[in-house]
Amino acid sequence: MQLKPSAAPSRAGTGRAKAILRDDRRAAFWFLLPSFLGLAVFLLLPLAASLALSFTNWQLIGQSKFVGWRNYVNLLTIDPSFWQILRNTFHFTIEYLVLNIVISLTMAVWISNLRWGKRFFRLIFFLPTFTPLIGSAIVWLLIFTPGGFADWFFSALHLPIPNLLTSPDLAIQAIVIVSLWSGFGYNLLLFGAALEAIPSTYLDAAAIDGASSWQRFWKIKLPLISPTLFFGTVMTAITSLQVFDQVYALTRGGPGSATATLGFSIYRTGFAAYKMGYASAIAWVLFVIIMALTILQLRVQRRWVHYDL
Amino acid sequence: MTSETLGRSQGQRAGSLLLHAGMVLAALAFLFPFFWMVTNAIRPNAEVLAVPPQLLPSDWQWSNFVYAWLYLPFGRFFLNSIIVAGGITILTLAVSSMAAYAFARLRFPFSGSLFVVYLATLMVPQAVIVIPLFLMMSWLGWMNSFQGLILPMAFSTFGTFMLRQYFLQIPKELEEAAMIEGCSRFTIFLRIILPLSRPMLGLLALFTFTGQWNSFLWPLIIVNGPEYSTIPLGLTLFQSQQGVQWNYMMAGSTISMLPGILLTLALQRYIFSGIAMGSGFGGR
Repeated sequence: MQLKPSAAPSRAGTGRAKAILRDDRRAAFWFLLPSFLGLAVFLLLPLAASLALSFTNWQLIGQSKFVGWRNYVNLLTIDPSFWQILRNTFHFTIEYLVLNIVISLTMAVWISNLRWGKRFFRLIFFLPTFTPLIGSAIVWLLIFTPGGFADWFFSALHLPIPNLLTSPDLAIQAIVIVSLWSGFGYNLLLFGAALEAIPSTYLDAAAIDGASSWQRFWKIKLPLISPTLFFGTVMTAITSLQVFDQVYALTRGGPGSATATLGFSIYRTGFAAYKMGYASAIAWVLFVIIMALTILQLRVQRRWVHYDL
Repeated sequence: MTSETLGRSQGQRAGSLLLHAGMVLAALAFLFPFFWMVTNAIRPNAEVLAVPPQLLPSDWQWSNFVYAWLYLPFGRFFLNSIIVAGGITILTLAVSSMAAYAFARLRFPFSGSLFVVYLATLMVPQAVIVIPLFLMMSWLGWMNSFQGLILPMAFSTFGTFMLRQYFLQIPKELEEAAMIEGCSRFTIFLRIILPLSRPMLGLLALFTFTGQWNSFLWPLIIVNGPEYSTIPLGLTLFQSQQGVQWNYMMAGSTISMLPGILLTLALQRYIFSGIAMGSGFGGR
């Protein structure tokens, strides 16, 4: 503890302090070596390589050469499918994000107002969280498949809804539904825990002052859980921008390219068409969007999130 | 609740009943896909797409699980998933706890900036690095191998970040006493820090294992054929087989979900308190 320079500087003391510092450095080197090597080889190097690849026309076989910004220029100006992919990705992310936060927050508040079964209901909605998305997506594939349960259900209710998976306009809704079903339980739990942590004295005081439950929600609960709400929103946005498993299992990007997202398009371009350079450029577009979002939200966080609880 | 101190009127009681009834309905609707999965797993395939849909099978063929297990080598997939998810979990625990100890306790130059680099790597989407990783694996000859499935996924810095927070809360006095006794840093780490961090290590193991059990993109890229397939990848192999055997696919989905569901049920308190800490395991 007494290693700060200000602490009584006897000669023997500083000598010993220096020795400990030297030992610390040596120990730190060995403690960090495995993780740093792993990170360098399996993350930092591929990251740099992916940036470099994005400026080539690498195709796995045949000649590949440096093409400068051409991949990026093609993406943004010539390639007609790229704008659709970008649109699909944002459509999915925004719709999923809004629905996920609204549903999980509503359910969290609802459950926190129950007198019994709070833990039980949270558990029910959490059940898909630790299961493979591919597994859930395949169950929903059976529900949505032409002639399956969803078609029967809609027609029984006389709803004029075509088959979701084969409709270019609605296929993305199937992806949203599957993602919501398997994803909102996590945020429900996160927000539920934050609501439980609000001191009941705050709410009692407001109730005595005549605040309605609506006012208590907007004026007390929501501001107090805003750090958690913010954290959940950021993480969910970042995950949903990368959506892949559900798309692969349900539609393989189809019909046409109606559900092809950035994540799916990186896979299809890189590993079905083997255009590694072009796929890397798409990957960097995704990365830049995620970086921008992270930085933007870190800024916003300082302004409106209440951290004084 | 506030209303307990204020007394409850008839209207409040009716409202509370309504809240509960609505929640029960929502939960039942939510559970429907699970119900549909299991009931379709045990019915004859011809009955799966019957119109109107039959809620319960006419014939409860539990043997479908055996057929699904054999139809594709599901036993093999299960074993592969355990090896891969288990291997990644063990490596992650070892590597990230060591790094976390260095960041929590040791003084060394540039520790602050290095920690920022570690944190920043959390922002990198897997999709961005899979192409170079794929090229690296094929260059190393690690396609279709356990080392190819395990090693590239074993160095996430999530664990480092979380364990560092946890180590910082452990009182330093315990270590100082050990240092006076002449214990090395590594002995202290092994004998004092790790045993005291069991709850957090367990949580990290649980989240890493389930996350990797469910992982799909990386196995899809580097595995070809059933020999090294993990469960999620194996499930998509069902899709591409000729003639859709829906009942076997549902049996396969059930098998894939069972470990996660059982873990959730068994460890609910532990998981919930872990998430309540806002431990940053990511959103979905």
